[in-house]
Amino acid sequence: MATQQTRSLARFMMAPSVVLLFVWMIVPLVITIWFSFQQYNPLNPIRDGFVGFSNYALFYSNPAFLQSILNTLTLVVSVLLITVIGGILLALLIDQPMWGQGIVRILVISPFFVMPPVAALVWKNMIMHPQYGVFADIARFFGAQPIDWFGQHPMLAIIIIVAWQWLPFATLILLTALQSLDGEQKEAAEMDGAGFISRFIYLTLPHMSRAITVVILIQTIFLLSVYAEILVTTNGGPGYASTNLPFLVYQKALLEFKIGQASAGGVIAVILANIVAFFAMRAVGKNLDK
Amino acid sequence: MARSVTTRHKTIATVAAWIVALLIFFPILYTIITSFKSEQEAIQGFSIIPSGTFESYSEVQAQNGYFKFFFNSVLLSVGSTILALLVAIPAAWSMAFSPTKRTKDILMWMLSTKMMPAVAVLFPIYLIFRDTGLLDSRIGLMVMLMLINLPIVVWMLYTYFREIPGEILEAARMDGASLWNEIIYVLTPMAVPGIASTMLLNIILAWNEAFWTIRLTTTEAAPLTAFISSFSSPQGLFWAKLSAASTLAIAPILIMGWFSQKQLVRGLTFGAVK
Amino acid sequence: MGNITLKNVSKSFGATSIIPGLDLVIENGEFVVFVGPSGCGKSTLLRLIAGLEDTSGGSINIDGRDVTGEAPAKRKLAMVFQSYALYPHMTVAKNIGFPLKMAGEDKATIEKKVGDAARVLNLTNYLERRPGQLSGGQRQRVAIGRAIVRQPTAFLFDEPLSNLDAALRGTMRLEISELHHQLKTTMIYVTHDQVEAMTMADKIVVLNAGNIEQVGSPMELYKTPKNLFVAGFIGSPKMNLIEGAPAAKYSAKTIGIRPEHLEISTTAGDWKATVGVAEHLGSDTFLHVQADGVGPLTVRADGELAVHHGDTIYLTPDKTKLHRFGADGKAI
Repeated sequence: MATQQTRSLARFMMAPSVVLLFVWMIVPLVITIWFSFQQYNPLNPIRDGFVGFSNYALFYSNPAFLQSILNTLTLVVSVLLITVIGGILLALLIDQPMWGQGIVRILVISPFFVMPPVAALVWKNMIMHPQYGVFADIARFFGAQPIDWFGQHPMLAIIIIVAWQWLPFATLILLTALQSLDGEQKEAAEMDGAGFISRFIYLTLPHMSRAITVVILIQTIFLLSVYAEILVTTNGGPGYASTNLPFLVYQKALLEFKIGQASAGGVIAVILANIVAFFAMRAVGKNLDK
Repeated sequence: MARSVTTRHKTIATVAAWIVALLIFFPILYTIITSFKSEQEAIQGFSIIPSGTFESYSEVQAQNGYFKFFFNSVLLSVGSTILALLVAIPAAWSMAFSPTKRTKDILMWMLSTKMMPAVAVLFPIYLIFRDTGLLDSRIGLMVMLMLINLPIVVWMLYTYFREIPGEILEAARMDGASLWNEIIYVLTPMAVPGIASTMLLNIILAWNEAFWTIRLTTTEAAPLTAFISSFSSPQGLFWAKLSAASTLAIAPILIMGWFSQKQLVRGLTFGAVK
Repeated sequence: MGNITLKNVSKSFGATSIIPGLDLVIENGEFVVFVGPSGCGKSTLLRLIAGLEDTSGGSINIDGRDVTGEAPAKRKLAMVFQSYALYPHMTVAKNIGFPLKMAGEDKATIEKKVGDAARVLNLTNYLERRPGQLSGGQRQRVAIGRAIVRQPTAFLFDEPLSNLDAALRGTMRLEISELHHQLKTTMIYVTHDQVEAMTMADKIVVLNAGNIEQVGSPMELYKTPKNLFVAGFIGSPKMNLIEGAPAAKYSAKTIGIRPEHLEISTTAGDWKATVGVAEHLGSDTFLHVQADGVGPLTVRADGELAVHHGDTIYLTPDKTKLHRFGADGKAI
């Protein structure tokens, strides 16, 4: 089916997607990179001009900028830990014979389909609210003081919300991988005298290692860009305590109009994402070869 | 497992799983329950049985014009999905049925564009939208959502097209079908389930998108994500209304999500997990 | 009708040559089987005849007409695929009727012809089902029905029974042979199973690495294999091939004697042998022996013979059934 004619037709059919994605990615990115070397404030153009790397320098000199990078990494790593470990445990649990497994599944995957603003507000107002929230009710029941989550532990609160949203994803992927483990392999291991823990360590975990890797990589890509949850709860505060890189860029660009700084932040976000993407594409590419 | 599982094992697993599942689902459940309370009820303290009133739902429409935002969400998710399909179906088709040496590289590159952080292009896109009058326009946002999810749509369609066995197409050829007949009578019917699955997943992703839909809209094109975000600063008694608004915002997608678990795994792991 | 001639047909995929160049004549109404080991090019050859692949050289004639460049549909051939290739979204009736629909026949004709084919193949009760609801054997019959309904010049079968279990394979073998007697249309059948080849064919084409090793009736190939390859391929269990001193005694590089042509005696014979594994099938027993100065041999014995592991027996080959091969592997 590969004559010269069909080859040109194929190229023509692919062109719109390729062109669109190329333009939407390259053009704005180039503009951002250009701006990152400028000082540019649309409201106050007096000091605009080329400033070399000074915008980037802020990321290791300015505490707010440093904090944003730290918060970004903290958020990603914490959520990964919670979702991967929690996901494995949940997957193992759901894989057990039980009554109503179908319903358990859909209850567990539901948080993933809740849009981030709703998730954040529900947690903020109904659960974590120091006066009316469920956690407050529980604390008072035990005679303790309710915690002001977003005031005292903003990052922890955000981590909890984001982890709640992504735990279903990890669980679903890991459960799919778990259920693809050949039943005969499990039986062979049992015949060889392996107990449950041994089977888990030597058989189940290695089989799932690929899925775990994929979960980590895919989730990291998305976790690096957490935005709405912060916007809707803490607005990055108190101070910069819960500001991550995306939020900082938004703040600098659309609130303070410090375009140069924002752009430098954007470029750094791209670099971070590319590091992860490199490993992610390797994992995907291996699969495409099959 | 070939052996019979003990009822005891099953019972323990059931109890444990249901407790965990209900805990995880609880925030959603509580929101739905609260949406059927009045505002007074909502702040009165923890209670699982609502009074069953619909007043919060009607207020959300009367006071905030809820329906417009709901309509925008529907329009933007369905519209961007259709746009994406128009562009992606030919691309996935040619990649699946006339692959070249470059096909794999192009596919990988497309996937990599999905991994670019939105903030990296926030300002330029904002500028472009502003200067072309696309800010707060439904068309502009539809195009944006289409671009964001295009890699996933192409990818999913590609995997579904590849699963159509070549032998069936050959059989059609032996049966005397011209290329056009092959497409109409054999290829398309077999591809429809895959296209439907892709549409389902894309609608879900577009509906829940909470960056561009917030930053590029103000009043006209704002969908539910933007509307709900505006509740972030409390304005007096509003828990029940927020619950009603939230329930309506998430209900359709929750239900769609329950039916699209397989598609989710296929679409978001880029096939690396089967 | 149904006369197919291949002249110097060759096929390469890029730099790899699958079929260097072969000639073959298939007479009208023949049941021809292409047989050979995996990768010998038999499926490729079938697909070249079908038109699903383009030839790299040579010509294909059907009933005197050169069809070498023609599309599959125009050649008036029908193919039954190994995986049946049924249309999953169509009912059995629509599957079988599809070629007629493509040919532009009207609904009434299609219904009648589909009904006829269904009756022949015992599918009348399944006409409204989808392939997914059918068993392997039923799907096989639908695939055959779809082919029959076109009233083609020749039927092409690509390893159609490979996906069935042993019992079903036996039944379907008979049904296909029966079909051939009924329709009297040319049939070209590809298989790697030499039992299918022997039982179904009028003419067998043995292929090896794209070359025709021998063409002939099953008995011809059994009685007079032209070379070592065919000798070792046809016949189950395999012919015993012996080199060295025993072969030299018959002035040949290699001699061949089938397991069923060795006489067994407990007292005297040409070759003394020790019994290894004995396979008892009830009707026959196959002894795997180590013969002194000869090597390992397989011998067929009557099922009633009482012979055990470690016993000594004497074997004498039937001289009239002994095959001699020269250094070039060809029969002398």
